[in-house]
Amino acid sequence: MISEFQEWSKNRHIYAKNWKERTGGKVVGYFCTYVPEEILYAADILPVRILGSHEPQDVSEPHIFGMFCPFCRDCLAQGLKGRYDYLDGIMISQSCLHIRQAYTSWIKHVPRDFSYYIPMPNNVQSKHSIPYLTAEFNQFKTAVEKWIGRELTSNDINRGIEIMNENRALMHRLYSFRKNGEPPVSGAEAMEIAMSQQMVDKREHTSALKKLIQNLDGGAVASTNKGTRIMILGSEDDDTPFIRMVESVGGTVVVDDHCVGTRYFWNNVENNNGDLVESIAKRYIERPACPSKDWIDRTRVPHILALAKEFDAKGAIVIQQKFCDPHELDIPAITKALKENGISTLFLEFDVTVPLGQFKIRVEAFLEMLQEDDLF
Amino acid sequence: MNIPTYKTEPLKCWNKAKELRNEFYKNYANAHENGGIRWAGGAWSFGAIPMGLGNDVYPLTGEPYGASIAFNKEFSLRCLEATEKKGYARDLCSYMRSYWGSIILDEFLFGGKFPKPDFMWQDHICCSHSKWYQVASELEGGIPTYSIDVAVGPYNEVTDSLIDYIVSQMHDGIEWLKKITGREYDDEKLIDAVYNECRTTSLWAEICVLNKTKPAPLDEKSMYSLYVLGTLEKHSKKVGDFYAEVLDEMKYRVENQIAATKHEVVRLISDTQPPWGFLNVFRYLENFGAVSVGSLYTFGLIGIWEDKPDGTWGARTTPQQKGIKIETRDQALRILADWNLSKPEWQHFYSPHQKSEMMIRIAKEWDLQGIMLHYNRGCEGLSVGIAENRLALIDAGYPVMTFEGNMRDEREFDSAKTMSRIDSFMETLGLKII
Repeated sequence: MISEFQEWSKNRHIYAKNWKERTGGKVVGYFCTYVPEEILYAADILPVRILGSHEPQDVSEPHIFGMFCPFCRDCLAQGLKGRYDYLDGIMISQSCLHIRQAYTSWIKHVPRDFSYYIPMPNNVQSKHSIPYLTAEFNQFKTAVEKWIGRELTSNDINRGIEIMNENRALMHRLYSFRKNGEPPVSGAEAMEIAMSQQMVDKREHTSALKKLIQNLDGGAVASTNKGTRIMILGSEDDDTPFIRMVESVGGTVVVDDHCVGTRYFWNNVENNNGDLVESIAKRYIERPACPSKDWIDRTRVPHILALAKEFDAKGAIVIQQKFCDPHELDIPAITKALKENGISTLFLEFDVTVPLGQFKIRVEAFLEMLQEDDLF
Repeated sequence: MNIPTYKTEPLKCWNKAKELRNEFYKNYANAHENGGIRWAGGAWSFGAIPMGLGNDVYPLTGEPYGASIAFNKEFSLRCLEATEKKGYARDLCSYMRSYWGSIILDEFLFGGKFPKPDFMWQDHICCSHSKWYQVASELEGGIPTYSIDVAVGPYNEVTDSLIDYIVSQMHDGIEWLKKITGREYDDEKLIDAVYNECRTTSLWAEICVLNKTKPAPLDEKSMYSLYVLGTLEKHSKKVGDFYAEVLDEMKYRVENQIAATKHEVVRLISDTQPPWGFLNVFRYLENFGAVSVGSLYTFGLIGIWEDKPDGTWGARTTPQQKGIKIETRDQALRILADWNLSKPEWQHFYSPHQKSEMMIRIAKEWDLQGIMLHYNRGCEGLSVGIAENRLALIDAGYPVMTFEGNMRDEREFDSAKTMSRIDSFMETLGLKII
């Protein structure tokens, strides 16, 4: 039932090249999920998220100091190795310092026709962030118009919003199945669907999602999942082998809070017939925050607790990409809050590859502990 | 090789620098004794703004305090371990971990318990900035905290809407300060503080410019003890007055060919913060006739610069030098925002390539023969892009040496290995121990 999503995820580059041939359109690679894809879709551009390949490499070492996270170095390595040579453009919307290096090295060593850095605000809790971001998105829109040689009309922007909103709403619908006692979709499958969402034309993804949801509505299951209900949260995480491992030893991942999952699609653009670009800006300001932007009040903690409750998670695996400062700064507060609310946590540090054998032992022990809690 | 020999003499301003620094920490610790206010925040925070609350408002800037802890090795280790016990990772900003450790242990480096601030006032450009004080507030049981986002892109791309964003946060911040302190706000005091900040930071740049002279009147190790005052209270008239004295002394040294070091055969710069517990690295260089005449860090962490009409890099002209009279709160805040946005050490957050250009410019204008890059695990903010800087400097034809370490966590600095690398670097520059 999900083979199409898995295929997209596995063969992302082939997909993008074929899309270019089919449509004659441009493809823009992006780092970080604060990029306003609505505007790119309005311009008939395919946005693709740049992710790593989980292979040890050394091509990025001369460009990024080893104390920065393995994810950013893995992403840059893809560019340096030529895997994204089909990109017409590359862009980033400012989040953490680590991933930004992948962008700045990329534009120097693998330059593209179009590159753009959006200074996405960090003070998303300030009321001034919306007008500021609106102005920045308008500037970005102008840059895109100049590149593609045409103006983006309100209809175009509306179309971009609808494409993104419909897809996000369907992801919510998909995730709602995971609230069931025996989710019909595993955590690994959900992750593959979420990953492919960021790699292919959302309209095609939407079409496939609708079919899947129809099947699930009809009682079909993609897989049988009766394991202990687990939440995964933390840094960027697209490590499907890890999730499969967790689910092979008695866990079922029912929800997540990371930027390949719910943080990517959680909220929609609410267009109240006002300024469309402002509506888009508002969505990105109000979405679940990256930890680099979650200050001074902690909004992630209540959000994570609400997710855990809504999806009835019994435990949480806290994943942190090695050297990821933003998450390291949040982890003590999050684990404390989860513990106070009866949700045990297991902390694991990730690299481009993870020691599945050692992690399996720790996950098994964690699940055993949670299962004993259930018993008593 | 011809080894020049210059006359040297100790800095006359040295003792006053120490006095000012000690006074700063004493004022903060004793602020409450006479009904004053104390606040904590980063060295880059808009310290001029709380000055509108009165003449008895004293800051504790986090980074210099964290750096100072390096000089008490026993306390330093206890602070770092206390923070790790609380669950914070070892690769986080080492200034921040030292600061938090001081709170957790409830011990102030300068004696007594850790003086709890009345509020926290921060700005945000690196990932850790606001989170530092978010956690500090939690560790202290909840202290009102406000932070201003200044990560709006490089100065050469600044627009009105970016300045508006920062200034709007500043205006809101003033209302917040009034509310939490219960004090009225005096715009005249703000305006004075803004003038002072512009003067102080411009004067520091003027001091650094004099290091273009041969022999350099100041070496980087000595500069650390002087620039730090700008990280404590850049908005204070006292620091500006002191820098004016330092500038006069440097001019005297330049006129009289008084050098920082006896033998200046090779001129270098370093980059990022130094390993504070191992500043003898700079004295070691002198054995070879090598002197570090500064760095983008020393020049541009506090100093504010501009392109001069003759094409060189020099101190930014202050509003007062331009005859600008600041008359309103909004005008003061706009000038403050614009002034700080032009800070050299704020540009690399968006592009290491801009930083490379600045470093190459320094290498040309200060006539350097090499660069030493500290791959500083303790600070992701200033190490961001450093590998690209290295490549660019090499492409530009400059010998570059790298050494990995940590500005504050001594457990991550290998002194013997670093000295050995310096030996090799000196050899590549054709230098031997004099």
